[in-house]
Amino acid sequence: MTAESSILIAIILPLFAVPMLVMSSSRPNQRERITLVTAAVTFFVIGSLFDDVASGARPTLTLGELLPSLSITFTLEPLGMLFAGIASSLWIVTTIYAIGYMRGHHEQNQTRFFVCFAIAISSAIGIAFSGNLLTFFIFYEVLTLSTFPLVTHSGTESAKRAGRVYLGILIGTSIVFLLTAIVWTYNVTNTLDFTEGGIFGENVSVGVMATLLPLYIFGIGKAAVMPFHRWLPAAMVAPTPVSALLHAVAVVKAGVFGVLKVTIYIFGIDNLVALGSSAWIQYLAAATILVASLVALSRDNLKARLAYSTVSQLSYIVLASLLGSALGTLGGAMHIAMHAFGKITLFFCAGAIMVASHKTEISQMRGLGRKMPITFFCFLIGSLSIIGLPPFGGVWSKWYLLLGAADINEVIFILILMISSLLNVAYLIPIVIRGFYNENLEIDQEYPSKTHYTENRRLLDPGDAVANNVWRVRGFHEAPATCIGALSFTALGCVVLFFYADTLFRFLHPIVSGGAP
Amino acid sequence: MIAQHLPILQVVLPLLAAPICMFIRHPRVVWMWAFVTAWLCLPMSVGLLLKVLEQGTIVYNLGGWAAPWGIEYRIDILNSFVLIIVSMIGAIVLPFARRSVEREIPQKRIYLFYTMLLLCLAGLLGMTITGDAFNLFVFLEISSLSTYVLISFGKDRRALTAAYRYLIVGTIGATFYIIGVGLLYMATGSLNIADLAVLIPNIGGNRTVQSGMAFLIIGLALKAALFPMHMWLPNAYTYAPSVVSIFLSATATKVAVYAFIRVVFSIFGDVNILEILPVRNMLMVLAIAAMVIGSAAALYQTDVRRLFAYSSIAQIGYIILGISFDSVTGVTAGVVHLFNHALMKGGLFMVLGLLAYQIGSTKIQDIAGLGERMPLTMAALVIGGLGLIGMPLTAGFISKWYLIQAAIDIGLWPIAFIIVLSSILTVVYVWRIVEVIYFHRPVNPINDIDRAPISMVAPMWILIGATIFFGINTNATLEIAGAAAKALLAGGV
Repeated sequence: MTAESSILIAIILPLFAVPMLVMSSSRPNQRERITLVTAAVTFFVIGSLFDDVASGARPTLTLGELLPSLSITFTLEPLGMLFAGIASSLWIVTTIYAIGYMRGHHEQNQTRFFVCFAIAISSAIGIAFSGNLLTFFIFYEVLTLSTFPLVTHSGTESAKRAGRVYLGILIGTSIVFLLTAIVWTYNVTNTLDFTEGGIFGENVSVGVMATLLPLYIFGIGKAAVMPFHRWLPAAMVAPTPVSALLHAVAVVKAGVFGVLKVTIYIFGIDNLVALGSSAWIQYLAAATILVASLVALSRDNLKARLAYSTVSQLSYIVLASLLGSALGTLGGAMHIAMHAFGKITLFFCAGAIMVASHKTEISQMRGLGRKMPITFFCFLIGSLSIIGLPPFGGVWSKWYLLLGAADINEVIFILILMISSLLNVAYLIPIVIRGFYNENLEIDQEYPSKTHYTENRRLLDPGDAVANNVWRVRGFHEAPATCIGALSFTALGCVVLFFYADTLFRFLHPIVSGGAP
Repeated sequence: MIAQHLPILQVVLPLLAAPICMFIRHPRVVWMWAFVTAWLCLPMSVGLLLKVLEQGTIVYNLGGWAAPWGIEYRIDILNSFVLIIVSMIGAIVLPFARRSVEREIPQKRIYLFYTMLLLCLAGLLGMTITGDAFNLFVFLEISSLSTYVLISFGKDRRALTAAYRYLIVGTIGATFYIIGVGLLYMATGSLNIADLAVLIPNIGGNRTVQSGMAFLIIGLALKAALFPMHMWLPNAYTYAPSVVSIFLSATATKVAVYAFIRVVFSIFGDVNILEILPVRNMLMVLAIAAMVIGSAAALYQTDVRRLFAYSSIAQIGYIILGISFDSVTGVTAGVVHLFNHALMKGGLFMVLGLLAYQIGSTKIQDIAGLGERMPLTMAALVIGGLGLIGMPLTAGFISKWYLIQAAIDIGLWPIAFIIVLSSILTVVYVWRIVEVIYFHRPVNPINDIDRAPISMVAPMWILIGATIFFGINTNATLEIAGAAAKALLAGGV
């Protein structure tokens, strides 16, 4: 199997699963087996490409012209490889998690869920492998459309409204800003290929570039730079596996991945430095980091808090890509991986809590850690990785980000990153503390006892369908085994990434230096 | 022999087939007759296009009388492309028509319906193929008169007022056109388009010629439903029988736009119109107004048919905008969109025709919750809608890409922004339908949804499938449209 055919297979394979999933809609076990097998094979195919890319090869596959001299092209390079690897590996984990979650939660329309999921993953891989902006744009839009039914999965009024915000912002920004920017870029450069060192030559004026940059940054709405971030919290009405894989990994990472691609391969890092006017977007990204963290602090709903945390963390990467420093850019690229594992763990935990105890608000979670120790322990690991403490992966990406900011002598950004880390501590750690230390549910002050008695009775009622699906061993009350397995795995991933960060760094290094490390 | 006379056969076949329907009268046989006729027209158009691509422009003198005295049929890339659009839609719509017409039109009038449909087809093909300005008027009248009758076949009584309104406006348009032709004839002594193109540049400053141009442009803009001369269209599309809405939305306005292009680029191609009248700027303003106001009006409709009628007005704005750029990219965008929009709107109106057949209504409140009960048909509606928005991998994307590119090419980037902003309006009105289909509970649940006959479902999927196919495989359409644009801008015919 050549690298070129592997590229195609990796993108098409999830789509092949779709008809099979539809056909087995009445047999959940078979349906989920299909998803798992597809996910595993996809991961294997993508994995088989790693060595090629690491050794400096850049296999390219062209699928024919969509417009004259503009074709659908896929090119492998380290950054895309990283993104595809993360998306496909976490797809397996999320599927395992979703089986427990969707059944435990008795969700409707599970087939549609798995189908849209497969399409979304396919388009995420398409984005990762895209060799030019046109290809990127196509898969970017497919990703938006295929995740819409996932966001509005419950079909309620609030889901519909959230869907409107989701689609309105993502489609709106992509058509108004991104498409214009792409056509304009094509107009001045006659190419849209992602090229090392950028495609803007001498003849492109600074003024044009300075106009295009914000068009790209805002146009890639999935990067959720304020003021175009509202879709991400809105998307939290989706079932938790969607929030976990798509709105902590695939969709949002597609956004920041796009920003990185544009800054590295369209503008070129050197050009960015010359582009003094990019400063105001840097400050906007910095402001997003802080403001989103502050909003996260004020959110009582766990998923909403995590969503704002994601908004903040995404802007780390946007900021990194705009610094114009090689180390900073690498830090941003690494943060894609580090944040993915950290945040998906947190979302898995939030979903596990929801399935096992029906609790969504942080204020209701007092003492819950004692009943769900594994979940809360993994939540702690994920939090520490997000905050950026050793021995968890998150520390490395922040480290390089800080180096990058130091590189260009921007003390203010160093300061902002530090403050943000403190804010991370402030909005994540209390959740764990609340979970482990407030033992007595019954004498809870904030919540009058009455609600809690009913809440508890519901949990312990043997006739409750949900309760049958959860672990209740020796007073523990954890979510279904598949959920626990998945979230332990990703938590472990945070630790593993700490020790293999150097490998990752070497693998990614060619994106800023060109050629092999 | 046949190959040589293809140009005239293309028109004469449906023209003669129409009155024969009057004699057949039996509904099923008449349908068969019309079906065969339409399917014979298609290979002729394909043959003409291939021949033009191979040998260049075909000139055919009617009755052997040489132009400029005789009538000349002149087929170049542009009008052979439009011929394909018309006869293709005709061929696809007829299988769809059988069941739909049986349901919507009284048994004893069905033969009249097919007579008029064939006449309309002949008229549109004639308008497209002819190289003579007066002959164009004749065919314009044939197609218009038959269209008025076709619209009045609608079940709803308001179809009559819609037809009447269109009759008044259409007649004004045709009259304006013929006044324009008369003025040009006065000044040049010729009715042949190719001849006019040669004669007019010498007397471009002549007031008679200039007012002639004004009359021609206004007259055709009325037929093409260019804003603000669009008022006849929404009612006509809404109350006409389903088949008529499909056929008209995909062909009638397109042919009028084609005639428009002929006037602007062929007859007045070598005159620097900008120096005489700000035609280009005027068109640009009207096109933008059409895009924005048409889409905005679509937001407030309660009937899906009416909604797509307003959307058509907006889409005609896109086509005219491309033309008004007066550049190869711009005209390519316009011509490609002529084709792409015919596919998308034809497909969408077929979905609505199916709805009319299956649930007997196209009101927004009546399609609530249909996503579960008619998943495939509703999926087709969504795909067509995505095409209108201009999502990548649909035909609409190609048009939009070219249009934006053309705007940026000539430095009009504010217009590029207006284009993308108006596609946001499209997102809003398409998504309104999507929400109703998938999220709303049915207001008054319909218990029995009739089974959709395959003869209606298949044509619908052909057009919706073509929307995707021509969004991915764009070689043919772009090449033809590009060649047509280059030829047009090179001046003359």
